[in-house]
Amino acid sequence: MPIQVLMPALSPTMEKGNLAKWLKKEGEPIKSGDVIAEIETDKATMEVEATDEGTLGKILIPEGTADVAVNTPIAMILADGENAADLVKAPAPAAKAAESAPPAEAKAEAPQPKAAPHPTAPTSVSEPEPEVPEGTEFVTQTIREALRDAMAEEMRRDPDVFIMGEEVAEYQGAYKVTQGLLQEFGARRVIDTPITEHGFAGVGVGAAMTGLKPIVEFMTFNFAMQAIDQIINSAAKTLYMSGGQMGCSIVFRGPNGAAARVAAQHSQDYSAWYSQIPGLKVIAPFSAADYKGLLKAAIRDPNPVIFLENEVLYGHTGEVPKLDDYVVPIGKARVVRQGKDVTIVSWSMGMTYALKAAEELAKEGIEAEVIDLRTLRPMDTETIIASVQKTGRAVTVEEGWQQSGVGAEVAARIMEHAFDYLDAPVARVSGKDVPMPYAANLEKLALPSVAEVIAAAKAVSYR
Amino acid sequence: MAAPKKSVVAKESGQEKANGSPPEFTKAQELAALRDMLLIRRFEEKAGQLYGMGAIGGFCHLYIGQEAVVVGMQMALKPGDQVITGYRDHGHMLACGMSANGVMAELTGRRGGYSKGKGGSMHMFSLEKHFYGGHGIVGAQVSLGTGLAFANRYRGNDNVTLAYFGDGAANQGQVYESFNMAELWKLPVVYVIENNRYAMGTSVSRASAQSDFSKRGASFNIPGKQADGMDVRAVKAAADEAVAWCRGGNGPFILEMQTYRYRGHSMSDPAKYRTRDEVEKVRHESDPIEQVRNRLLAAKVSEDELKKIDAEVREIVNASADFAQHDPEPDPSELWTDVYR
Repeated sequence: MPIQVLMPALSPTMEKGNLAKWLKKEGEPIKSGDVIAEIETDKATMEVEATDEGTLGKILIPEGTADVAVNTPIAMILADGENAADLVKAPAPAAKAAESAPPAEAKAEAPQPKAAPHPTAPTSVSEPEPEVPEGTEFVTQTIREALRDAMAEEMRRDPDVFIMGEEVAEYQGAYKVTQGLLQEFGARRVIDTPITEHGFAGVGVGAAMTGLKPIVEFMTFNFAMQAIDQIINSAAKTLYMSGGQMGCSIVFRGPNGAAARVAAQHSQDYSAWYSQIPGLKVIAPFSAADYKGLLKAAIRDPNPVIFLENEVLYGHTGEVPKLDDYVVPIGKARVVRQGKDVTIVSWSMGMTYALKAAEELAKEGIEAEVIDLRTLRPMDTETIIASVQKTGRAVTVEEGWQQSGVGAEVAARIMEHAFDYLDAPVARVSGKDVPMPYAANLEKLALPSVAEVIAAAKAVSYR
Repeated sequence: MAAPKKSVVAKESGQEKANGSPPEFTKAQELAALRDMLLIRRFEEKAGQLYGMGAIGGFCHLYIGQEAVVVGMQMALKPGDQVITGYRDHGHMLACGMSANGVMAELTGRRGGYSKGKGGSMHMFSLEKHFYGGHGIVGAQVSLGTGLAFANRYRGNDNVTLAYFGDGAANQGQVYESFNMAELWKLPVVYVIENNRYAMGTSVSRASAQSDFSKRGASFNIPGKQADGMDVRAVKAAADEAVAWCRGGNGPFILEMQTYRYRGHSMSDPAKYRTRDEVEKVRHESDPIEQVRNRLLAAKVSEDELKKIDAEVREIVNASADFAQHDPEPDPSELWTDVYR
């Protein structure tokens, strides 16, 4: 029986990639370990090695094919003694192989971008900012590119800005966010650090105390727990403890929250942790334009800023205004979708659930107003309250845990400022109160889902 | 005090004579050192008194006994060189030239304190004097100080950073993370380990597998040296060597200053972990101030001249205590300022 070679994933969050090149021809013998093809994503290029011996019987996906879904059969290998005639016995190349992988119940729920790509999510938030002049041209960019451009622009603008972190320079970024920066700015300003989060966070803060403006990249915010003492005790508190003499303008950035299938130590949302700390500003954008405009604002801000990115979103695209200097103000939420019936408040990855749910709710005649907080500290209470005064109902959506979470804070503020407008208690949709499990089905259950957002919106609407 | 051992790794160590006795100071240097050490001693004694009176709250870690370290180190610096330390920081601030009034008023939590009363004993800063704190988390200042040195290198100036920490902090992980980066990137930072023999109540022998702290950078190839931290001349000689090494672009340097604190770890420490005899022995045989005073007297400097220094220092300290007790507390509106810029 011929063996199928499947499109491999380069990372837990990869959904598709390009088949760049075939290094073996049909009919060529193959040994286990032979490189048979090259695949690439916007992040990296990888060689595909054969794991079986035989002959390359048939190439199913020709080289140069873009956007091949992970797990799609790309070739057939014939074992010894088999010939081309045997190919027909093999299962028909299933174009939908990628979608058949997740368990059925998870698919029905379809909350995961991996299982169900959200083409609407990134684009639906790409409406022009009110501050973007009419007639502005837009470019379609991945969030990864938007972040890189934001850093490059700020580094061109201010020689005191530099970036340091693990693999940011020669490797071009563990998630390829810093691609090209070393080439443009050199090793003095794009600095590879040893694996030493506590130490380099402290070095960054010390440099910032002298007036430099470091961008400290954490490979993920999970690793920043090693450095959290320097972030909170040194970065956030020094301005106050010095009576205003000495602060630090520094950005701590990197992916935050659940990636996919990386289990509890690598899947945690730190939104609530950092947003509790006076002295820090905390930003967690969703759209590509906001990633760019808010990172530029963060780099210019004279205070320590926590910039929470999301690995799953890095490859998502959006429309970014083509302006010389597109800066989005910190501390302003955005009404991404207008509605009169229920307010849904979220940010970052939570927005994918919120927007999808809003679409579904609209089909049932419930018009949800969706607010992207964008900045968690300082929080734009005004925008939330104005919306709740209109709708009388609110649902918060976050990947983090519920206890002492950002949703709890939003609910408290609504209670404090719009109690008389509420027609129902505020509902919270959140990550479940467990460490993130590894198994695919359990992981889906642990995360919020579109279905949960819909159910919560209906519950507060008594429908 | 144990006699200082010979240089471990350091090159160009000709400043130290074979018998271990450091190069002589000029009379002007001796007088300056005496004055600066006395200022710290009297200041700390006064702070101890004010603490006892309830005028100073919280933690108060006195520097008495260790004065020669900061005074000798400071003599090797030039304008723009930075200093950063941990929580036992009053001496460092005075040595940097920060005003006694500002430091004492911070101790009493008054608006004229260096941090407007918001920082207290362990958290004071002076951009003007290049003093970067005053840090309450043991060891944090080592990474921060490495960052100050990083900034010097980034800017291409020839300034050097002194990052002070104790024998206790020397066992923190981020110290070694910092050592690694400092040597890797050849950062101009002198790590000054003030070994006063006790990390709070734990003696070095009970906490440190390698008690020769000058060797703590060995696995990163950072040169290190021990010095008699009770002899200001030995401190200055070691500091000169270390600072020159760093200023010359050779990377970091470690100095272990063998010193001793006479008082408890903090004001609330009864110091039961050592005998009274041990403290008395150091006081009588190695007191940094008495050493200078005796040398000056032997060099025929008159008692009167020394008394004049005493009087000048007492006046500064008394004035600071007076200021610190009469300066108003911060305005309540200060609660909300300086959180963000």
